[in-house]
Amino acid sequence: MLATTTATAIAIRDLTVAYHDRAVLWDVDLDIPAGVLMAIVGPNGAGKTTLIKAILGLVPVVAGEVRIEGRPLAEVRRRVAYVPQRGSVDWDFPTSVLDVVMMGRYGALGWIRRPGRRERDAALAALEQVGMRDFAGRQISQLSGGQQQRVFLARALVQDAAIYLMDEPFQGVDATTERTIVGLLRELRSAGKTVVVVHHDLQTVPEYFDWVTLLNVRMIASGPVDAVFTPELLRRTYGGHIAFLGQDDGGLAAVAGGGA
Amino acid sequence: MSAPQFEIQLIAVVVAAACALPGTFLVLRRMALMSDAISHAILIGIVLAFFITEDLASPLLIVGATLTGVVTVSLVELLHRTGRVREDAAIGLVFPLLFSVAVILIARYADNVHLDTDAVLLGELAFAPFDRVILAGWDLGPRALFIMGAILALNAAVIGLLYKELKLVTFDAGLAAALGFTPAAVHYLLMALVSITAVGAFDAVGSILVVALMIAPPATAYLLTDRLPLMLGLGVLVGAAAAIGGYWLAHWLDASIAGSMATVAGLLFGAACLLAPGRGLIAVARRRAAQRWEFAQTMLAIHLFHHRDAPDAAEESRVAHLETQLRWERRFAEQVVRRAERRGLIRRDGQTLTLTDRGAQLAQEALGG
Repeated sequence: MLATTTATAIAIRDLTVAYHDRAVLWDVDLDIPAGVLMAIVGPNGAGKTTLIKAILGLVPVVAGEVRIEGRPLAEVRRRVAYVPQRGSVDWDFPTSVLDVVMMGRYGALGWIRRPGRRERDAALAALEQVGMRDFAGRQISQLSGGQQQRVFLARALVQDAAIYLMDEPFQGVDATTERTIVGLLRELRSAGKTVVVVHHDLQTVPEYFDWVTLLNVRMIASGPVDAVFTPELLRRTYGGHIAFLGQDDGGLAAVAGGGA
Repeated sequence: MSAPQFEIQLIAVVVAAACALPGTFLVLRRMALMSDAISHAILIGIVLAFFITEDLASPLLIVGATLTGVVTVSLVELLHRTGRVREDAAIGLVFPLLFSVAVILIARYADNVHLDTDAVLLGELAFAPFDRVILAGWDLGPRALFIMGAILALNAAVIGLLYKELKLVTFDAGLAAALGFTPAAVHYLLMALVSITAVGAFDAVGSILVVALMIAPPATAYLLTDRLPLMLGLGVLVGAAAAIGGYWLAHWLDASIAGSMATVAGLLFGAACLLAPGRGLIAVARRRAAQRWEFAQTMLAIHLFHHRDAPDAAEESRVAHLETQLRWERRFAEQVVRRAERRGLIRRDGQTLTLTDRGAQLAQEALGG
């Protein structure tokens, strides 16, 4: 089996994160094997984004620890790429598409050193990969939502990491962008990368991913989609807020309902 | 123009440039109000440092005031983090308190020295040329010019060196942290620059003008460009224009120099807000109007396209019919028809309209065909 033969990319032990006195993640234990294409699913407020941010050290942790390839994050920072939610930045910021993509190289450059020709070429290549090469000189406020998302993906690609953490890359994108992202995720997996994606659309989980983590403040389950993405476990994840549209040959169609 | 007149303008231009550089990042980080807070709160730092040194010219005053600026920022953050008040309220709570304590301290213990609150708020640029640096009998120039020149050089050097980091932290603090750039360090460095600039400038131009020159010129530049390097450069230029324009306005009106400069800075922003080529209100209104006509013509083309081969084509294609069918007023309908005719989308034969090939093509494209 995949899990037993491959190394662990991310190991999370007893992770608890709280905002003020409310626990957002409660005692999470999770091993993410290297080379999987994994979705994190769960209802709103389940702590999916917080989990990604905790892995990246962006939120203070009450208890527990995260190890990446067996080492603390600070030692392997450059092996991890991050795609934040598209809405987390100001798209009116005065800068160009190429400039935003080059930001992905800043970590490798370190303090003070300026990006040069190599960074520029890497950024242009990444833009080509997401079908945005012609937009390189465009001001970012002129992009559609899907184009913004592809720029963010290109920015993660130039980081040339081993592990990719993406926060809702499919949120509100057009069909072209969705296809581009799915293609890109598969390419990354073929290249042996580990990809972790916060995902909202339950229906596409079996089609897009091979590994899934069900989360609702606590860890519900994690493993291969075939084994974990079951009505029983989904019901436990979403409580009553879920309706199953029916099952057909291994594919499960489920719709999370009612918010909260 | 006399030598003091020239020197006053030169000092003002240097102050404006020094303010615009950190001000650009304040505007982009939506922290404009922080310049207000810092430029007022530093007073307590100056007062406390003065009590220790008992010398108004001591460089310790600048150190004390800069520290107070940074302390103000952390107090605001501390208050905000309690989760009891929002950030804007936290700013509004912290700096008036620090400022008022400073005002009381001055009134109570330092009344007999030159540290009055009028000078703090408005400064006295007109007197700046009289306070000179004299070294071994040589008159090197006004002291304010040296202080502000040094601060301008510091700001330019720090922003030049850490341009990439400032840009990243401002645009996407999450990614900056994930890449290992500590956003908090960059943030406090910027706040230290704002503080030191405010301290240096307030003696010459007062805290009101510090706020005006930190915010208005970068905000104006933001309307004129969508490139960050250009925004920094334009911010400096607009600030310089406000400084020189304000000086002559004050000269002409025989009014406060600082007040006039702040007024010109506001007027320049107002002009850009109206007239900026892309983001100005007039450009936006014209673009909307153009879109409205464009949309109406497309609607007309689609309407004619749908009824092209139908038996009721003749009836549907009458100008008068558009009023009921598309709910257009007569005058509007006439105008749309005239514009569409001019663009070669339709042909008009008395009251009957026919779609040209170009019009049919437009309709098909609009329908996604």
